[in-house]
Parts: sequence; C-alpha cells; structure tokens
Amino acid sequence: MSKQAQHWEKSRGLLLVTLAIWFVFSIGIFLFGAEMNEVTGPFGYPLTYWFTCQGSLGAFVILIFWFANRQEKIDEEFGFSERGDD
Amino acid sequence: MKGNFIDNLPKVYGIYTGGFLAFIIIMSIAEQMGMTAKTIGICFVAFTVAIYAIIGYLSRTAQADAYYVAGRQVPTVFNGMATAADWMSGASFVAMAGGIYFKGYGYMALLVGWTGGYVLVASLLAPYLRKFGCYTVPDFIGTRYGGNLSRFLAVVVLTVASFTYVTAQINATGTIASVALDIPFQYAVYVGLVSILLCSMLGGMRGVTWTQVAQYIVLIIAYLLPVFWISNKMGAGFFPHFMLADEVSRIAELEAQFGFVKNSAENLKEVPKGLAGITKAHSAVNATPWAFISLALAMMMGTASLPHVMMRYFTTPSVKAARKSVGWSLFFIFLLYSSAPMLATLSKLSLIDPTLSTGIIGKSIAEVQAIDWYQNWNQANLMFVSDFNGNGTLELNEFFMGGKAVVLATPEIAGLPYVISGLVAAGGMAAAMSTADGLILAIANAISHDVYYKIIDPKAETAKRLVVARVLLVVIGFAGATIAAMEIQGILGSVIWAFDFAMSGLFFPLVLGVWWKRANREGAIAGMALGLISGAGYLIWVRTGGSGFLGITQLTFGIFGSFVSLVSMVVVSLMTSEPNAATQKMVDEVRVPSGKSILGKQH
Repeated sequence: MSKQAQHWEKSRGLLLVTLAIWFVFSIGIFLFGAEMNEVTGPFGYPLTYWFTCQGSLGAFVILIFWFANRQEKIDEEFGFSERGDD
Repeated sequence: MKGNFIDNLPKVYGIYTGGFLAFIIIMSIAEQMGMTAKTIGICFVAFTVAIYAIIGYLSRTAQADAYYVAGRQVPTVFNGMATAADWMSGASFVAMAGGIYFKGYGYMALLVGWTGGYVLVASLLAPYLRKFGCYTVPDFIGTRYGGNLSRFLAVVVLTVASFTYVTAQINATGTIASVALDIPFQYAVYVGLVSILLCSMLGGMRGVTWTQVAQYIVLIIAYLLPVFWISNKMGAGFFPHFMLADEVSRIAELEAQFGFVKNSAENLKEVPKGLAGITKAHSAVNATPWAFISLALAMMMGTASLPHVMMRYFTTPSVKAARKSVGWSLFFIFLLYSSAPMLATLSKLSLIDPTLSTGIIGKSIAEVQAIDWYQNWNQANLMFVSDFNGNGTLELNEFFMGGKAVVLATPEIAGLPYVISGLVAAGGMAAAMSTADGLILAIANAISHDVYYKIIDPKAETAKRLVVARVLLVVIGFAGATIAAMEIQGILGSVIWAFDFAMSGLFFPLVLGVWWKRANREGAIAGMALGLISGAGYLIWVRTGGSGFLGITQLTFGIFGSFVSLVSMVVVSLMTSEPNAATQKMVDEVRVPSGKSILGKQH
C-alpha cells in the first residue's frame, strides 16, 4: 500500500473514533435524558441539564483539540506535516 | 510599533481591550455625575461602531486574495475569535437566554447543536477545504465536481440560506440602533446597514476579519460582565457556572409550589404579541428524545454547511492551523453559550422568588405596575401583567415577558447601573453586525467570484472583479435591509431556517466531495437541487397546514431535505460514470495536508 493510502486509512480511523465520541455527547446521552436527569451531576446540577449547559459543550471543545493533535501526529508519521507556524 | 501588523496582533488587541474597559469606567463615572441613560446608550453604540469603521478603513485592499481570504495569514487564535463573532448572531446574544428561560430543556437542543456542529466542521470539512485553496464554498463544489451548473447550484443554496439568515441580523442591528439612538425602526435598519458596510466594503474579508475580532471582544465583555455581576449581587455565587445548583433547584421548588396554570385562550388574547409566560419546567426534561435530538442534529449538520463559517477557515496560514482554529472558535463560543443558561436561571429566580427583593410573583398587581423598570419595559412592549383570576395578586401565569427582555432587562431588574445596559446594547450590536458582515460577504463573494468571474467573464481584471464584488455587497445589503424593514418573521425562526436550508442543499455534496471519491458531477447536481427543493417543499407544506411526518417540524425540515439529498446523490452518482482520473487525483491530493493547494494563490 502506498504511503498516501496508509495515511488516509489512519486518518479515516481517527475520524470514526472522533465521530463516535461526538455521537455520545450530542445524541447518545439525550436518548436517556429523562432517566439521567434524576441523577445529580457535577456541581450539583441535575445531570442531563448539566450536559446541555456545559458538559456536552465542553466535551466538544476538548474533542476538537484532541482530534487536531492526533491528526497532526498522523501527518508527521507519514512526513505530510507542514512546515512553519500555526 | 516595530514589525508587521500580524506579529503585533496581541499588542494591538490588548491595547484595544484596555481602551474599551477604560471607556466603560469613564461612562460609569459620567453616569454618577448625572449623564442621562439615553446619552450613555448613544455613546456606547456610536463609539464602538466608529472603532469598527476605522478598522474597516485601515484594512482596505486592492488584492484579490486579501479581499477574498484575508491573504491567508490570520493566526489560529484570532481566527477563532473572528469565527466566534461571525457565528454568534444577534439571536445568540439577545434571544438565546430568553429561549432557555421560556422553553428550558427542549430549547437547549440548540446549545448542543450549535456547538456539536463544530466537531463535524473540524473533522469532515475545514482542513480539506483549506487545502483545496478555494476562495468560496461554491469554488470547491465547482472545481471538485466541475461544470458551471454545479457551481451555480452551490451559489443558489448559499444565497437562499445566507439571505434568510442575514435579514434577521439586519433586523437585530436595526432594533438595537432604534432603541439606543432613539430613532424609528425603519430608519434605524439603514443606520445598521451603513455600519455593517463600513466594516466590509473596503477590505472585504480582511476588513471583516479584523473588525470581527474587535466585535468579539466587545460582545463577550458585554455578555459576561452582567452575568458575573448579577450573580454576585444576588449572592448566588462568585462564579455562577459552578455555583448555581441551589438556584436551579430553588426554581424547581417554586415551580412545584406555584404550578403551571394554563390560561384560557380568551385571557391570552389580552397579552401583547410576542410575549410569553413561564409554562415549562426550568431544568426538567420536557421534550421527547427525538424532538431534542432531531433539532440538535439539524443544527449540527447546518453548522457544517453554512458558508460564512466555512470560509473563515480559508483564511488560516495552513491546514494544521485550520484544524486548531476550529477548536479555538468553539472555545470562544463556549464562553458565551455556557453563560446563557446561567443568565436565564438568575433572571428567572430574581423575578419569581417571593423571598427576594426583586421578586414580583405574589406581590399585588398594583405594586408591580408601580415599579420603574416594569413601566419602562411595559412601554417597550416587552413586559405585561394582568389579573386573570381577579384576586389582586400576581400569579406565575399572569406575568408575561418578551424573550429579548432576559438579556436586556435583567441588569436593570437586578439594580445594576445603567452603564451596563449601554454595554449590553453595544454587545448586541457587535454580535448582529459581525454575523451580518460575514453573511453579506459570503453571498457577494460567491456571486462576484463564482458567477461573475468564473462563469460570466473569466478574463476580468482584478480591479474590475473587486469593483463588482463591492457593488454586489451594497446591493445585497440594501436588499436585506429592505426586507428587514418589513418585519416579516421573528429573529430566531428565520435563523433556524437558514441552517435547514444550508444542510438540505450543501451538507452531503460538501462532505462526500472529500470523503467519497466516486461522487461525481451528476450526483452532486441531483443532491443539491433535489435536497433544496424537497427541504423547501416540506417547509411550505408544514407552514400551509400539512401535518408532517416522523416528527419533523418546520424547524427541522433540513433532516428531510438532507436525507433526500444523500439518497439522490448516491443513486445518481452510481448510475452515471465515475469521475475522471484528474478529479480522482485531485481528491487524493486534498487528503494530504502538506504541499501546494489545488487552486493557486490568486485565481
């Protein structure tokens, strides 16, 4: 397999993991919103309520930075990283 | 200052932020010395708009890549701020806390949707479109799939979605300008429009970028300062985001105590249009999983298809920077979005808790009607009380408020000085202006670059192209303002429609353009045309009394539109021949972050 094809395969793998985590925080937990809201979440807020106010939103921020770092590592591994600033 | 402008950015915006804070302090001293509320409001709006206009003038340019993509040298963090301002509209700033206040959990799907969409932007699209090197979103569609028809359809979808959105933003600038400057709305709309054009006309994307950073700083200070101040003043907690659990459960307690009494249709006729009472639980789950998820999903896919956001990532220096920049954008958006529920909580509790001095529920109607701020906001048509049951006391179901009042009136209710209200007006103006700028520029650039330059006159000189771009900017701005002046729809409804239109026509043609090599021109044309037509058709059907299906409402019609788009794109692509070798090679190159972009620096 060419270097390019391997790079794309790894990138696609990372995409699937990223989308899986995204699915949990954007859709998964809200399938059980009513049940989970009975539980007390961080800082004492009802759990589902907390996810809609802060939890999911914060998770997305962290997820994007994590994804960007992982993708950079993959790019470096195959010598596709760009020189210069960010 | 030594060095070039880009190296000095932190210093420039540091000084700017310091200057703005100093201006707030000067204004509050002036208030103490007896400056009237009206003068303070005018000063805030005029001062900030003047600064944006100066930045817009200093950013003027005669080069195509500076005009279309700010010379592709906007650093990650600053592009994040600009995107956040581009993104957070008058609706986010003025209406979001109100939506949460009235509708609770069901509405908060928008918070999840408007942030989760950025994960799709970062992972599916932004870095690849940056590598492509396009000036506009239709530029990508036109080059990837080839042919004028595909390019033209992308312009059509972009224009439908962005124009729906921009009238709402011009409407919001008009509302704020008319309140702050005390002029009639019909004129205020054009004052707003001129302010918007001052930022973008001379410098294009470069001017918009640097004004949007300045506007972000104003809007985030204007949103966070009152939230923290009110929280501390009420004794609710020093850092409201982590400390309002008691307040949230207190609201639930009061809701149980008062109960949600349903008003008769006859009584509701008395209530002025646009005002609502508290009828839904604050923190309990009050929507079905599908109602919540479908709205969130529509907003997420719409986020990834809205061209004015996507084109911000064309301005970063590299593909790597585009990815990081999405993260920063969402971080800056998070700062405001996570504060909106806190503001809604503080606002609601201060109004309904009888044990607080600001609480009005349980007081006599006459007493409430004598309160200064009630009279002010009643006159502005944003508050209303009526003694439906005739017992002389104000009940929960007898108090009505406009959505905007949560942001606009809470500082006054909590007893903050007027300078804060002036600040909030400046913030709302910044939010609406920055989004309107991004949208008008997206439409004008698509028409000038993709329709005029690429389709009508490919030999046009740069100077002529930029004249056409600027003329279009003014024409589209005036068209938007004229429609806004007619006041057809509310701010929030039309914003949500814009997301649905964008996802119906553009989501799958964009995503599959990168991720599915087999996608071809015929498929993309079918996807865009049928997606947009079926989405719009569904909206019209539901609006004219259709019952809809699968719980898809007029707010989520994009789910149906994008489904049709996906199916038709895949079926038509597979029925026709695969893309030629050159196109397939182009897709391979897009997937590699390093190396030259597909389209040249100047094209």
